[in-house]
Amino acid sequence: MDYLLTEQQVMMRDLARKIADEKIKPVAAHYDETEEFAWPIMKIIADSDLFGVYIPEQYGGLGGGVMDMCLITEEFSRACGGIALGYAGTGLGTFPILLYGSDEQKQRFLPDIAKGKRLAAFCITEAGAGSDAGSIKTTAVKDGDQYILNGTKQWITNAGEAEVYTVIAITDKTKGSRGASAFIVEKGAKGMEFGKKEKKMGIRASATREVIFTDCRVPAANLISKEGMGFIVAMKTLDNSRPGVAAQAVGIAQGALDHAVEYARTRVQFGAPISSFQAIQHMLADMGTQVEAARALAYATARMVDSGAKSISKESAMSKLFASDVAMKVANDAVQIFGGYGYMRDYPVEKYLRDAKITQIYEGTNQIQRNVIAGHMIKESLKKQP
Amino acid sequence: MNIIVCIKQVPNTTDVRIDPATNTLIRDGVESVINPFDTYAIEEAARLKERCGGKVTAITMGPPQAESALKEAISLGCDEGILVSDRKFAGSDTWATSYTLAAAIRKITDFDVILCGKQASDGDTAQVGPGISAHLNIPQVTYVKRIVEISAGAAKVERMTEEGYDIVETPLPCLFTVVKEINTPRMPSFKGMMRAKSAKILKWTADDIEADPAALGLDGSPTRVVKIFTPEARKGGETLSGATDDVSKELVELLKDLVI
Repeated sequence: MDYLLTEQQVMMRDLARKIADEKIKPVAAHYDETEEFAWPIMKIIADSDLFGVYIPEQYGGLGGGVMDMCLITEEFSRACGGIALGYAGTGLGTFPILLYGSDEQKQRFLPDIAKGKRLAAFCITEAGAGSDAGSIKTTAVKDGDQYILNGTKQWITNAGEAEVYTVIAITDKTKGSRGASAFIVEKGAKGMEFGKKEKKMGIRASATREVIFTDCRVPAANLISKEGMGFIVAMKTLDNSRPGVAAQAVGIAQGALDHAVEYARTRVQFGAPISSFQAIQHMLADMGTQVEAARALAYATARMVDSGAKSISKESAMSKLFASDVAMKVANDAVQIFGGYGYMRDYPVEKYLRDAKITQIYEGTNQIQRNVIAGHMIKESLKKQP
Repeated sequence: MNIIVCIKQVPNTTDVRIDPATNTLIRDGVESVINPFDTYAIEEAARLKERCGGKVTAITMGPPQAESALKEAISLGCDEGILVSDRKFAGSDTWATSYTLAAAIRKITDFDVILCGKQASDGDTAQVGPGISAHLNIPQVTYVKRIVEISAGAAKVERMTEEGYDIVETPLPCLFTVVKEINTPRMPSFKGMMRAKSAKILKWTADDIEADPAALGLDGSPTRVVKIFTPEARKGGETLSGATDDVSKELVELLKDLVI
């Protein structure tokens, strides 16, 4: 499919593909096994300038948008969904600053993020606040020109590795979701600690930890936008980042599919390659079609976001929902085509299945995405009533 | 520090095919890339520039399409590229090639270090680098695996040998050919690719480099290729089996027959 990418986007994608094929693929199994954070790869991505694709040129980036970020994330994910998350998770942690930060905050944080000198992380989830994001308990109390943060964030991608954290905390308990605010906290802040590294089913090259705030003082200059805007910052951030999850899912699906087609061509049973059997051909055809449809939806959504469209929640949710379900199905079918070999960790496809699963869960479960989509559809229908 | 990197565009294959009629390389249908050994020279040049400042100039002799190799070199950290190209260079052997490149480099005048890959993956002669230094009458160190120290007028390098390495001190300017142990070449950067895209490649002809026409191309090449062929693959050896005493006697008889 020709997605009419610009010349610059083709160059970016090809560079990301080169890094994925030459640098990430050979080490994907190693990092999955050891669960180490792939710093050598992050350094390569940093040197390639690709950390800055979605950051404006005035802050040291390449001036692209969500679409460019999706192209890169997809390519990295094709090789390893976990390593790709070090990149994509930095995007998630950066969006609050990019979307709502002051010029001063952007000057202070974006150039280092664009250069890949510092990774970022987004902190909203807590033990009691998953899908119910409104029930977060972490507090921020103003004290002179500082805020004092207390609480524990859970399952934070890039935690411990990142240097810049965007944190949602409650500044006014009486106002519900309108009492939340967003802050930038830098690694090393006194009173900020990290929990143990979580042991996960997939995306094991990605670092996931608790972020614990105990009387952690944050300069008031690090408040993003103003008090009470935290929930809006978070929701808009997720609207912008979900096409990135969709791209990650498309990449994982494409990676699994590539392995499946190659294996089907070379695996001989009953005296013929299994790709000559219609049962396998039809599976491959469905997988290929689904991946392309997911990619088309992800790109269309990313372009809509970049166009400056105001209402993007429904489309953003759709892209994440569809692509992650496709990733799960395609990775599952890829394991099936590999048969017993597919179940063995010596072969690459079972990892795609483990990596795909998270895309149905994080940045809003697919059930929450359906709530968002249906909610918008019903609202739109109501508006049409005379 | 002004650094010159000599590169060559080669077919992207380890299975080089030769046209039996002309005894030249068949380039049709094979993608062209920078000679893999030269990528280490480019990387070392970029690192020297990061270490000491200055400018890196990539230079190649080749047909017009070799411009893409120079652009790639720019995306990998070189500042500018010079394509030395003229029909008069056609058929150059290593002597004429190194003469031509030396003439072009003499035009650059201000340089401290010339870096080359140890050899090209198509011709495999490893003669052009040393040839350039001979034509320029400057020192050379081949098979460099590490540049230990480098300053305005001198350098200390490690030269790989079969047993280990030599430590060589040399005045500058000097030509180094490098081995793959010297570094791990970086990936191109996006900004480098954009710079390469808009970079103007200088194009120099035989007249531009003020070369002696008699020393160029086929006429200037003392090498005559009589025949070029792929040697036959070795057949497998013979295996003797049986009781140790019998086998050793049999082996001695066979060796006697071979008159070793």
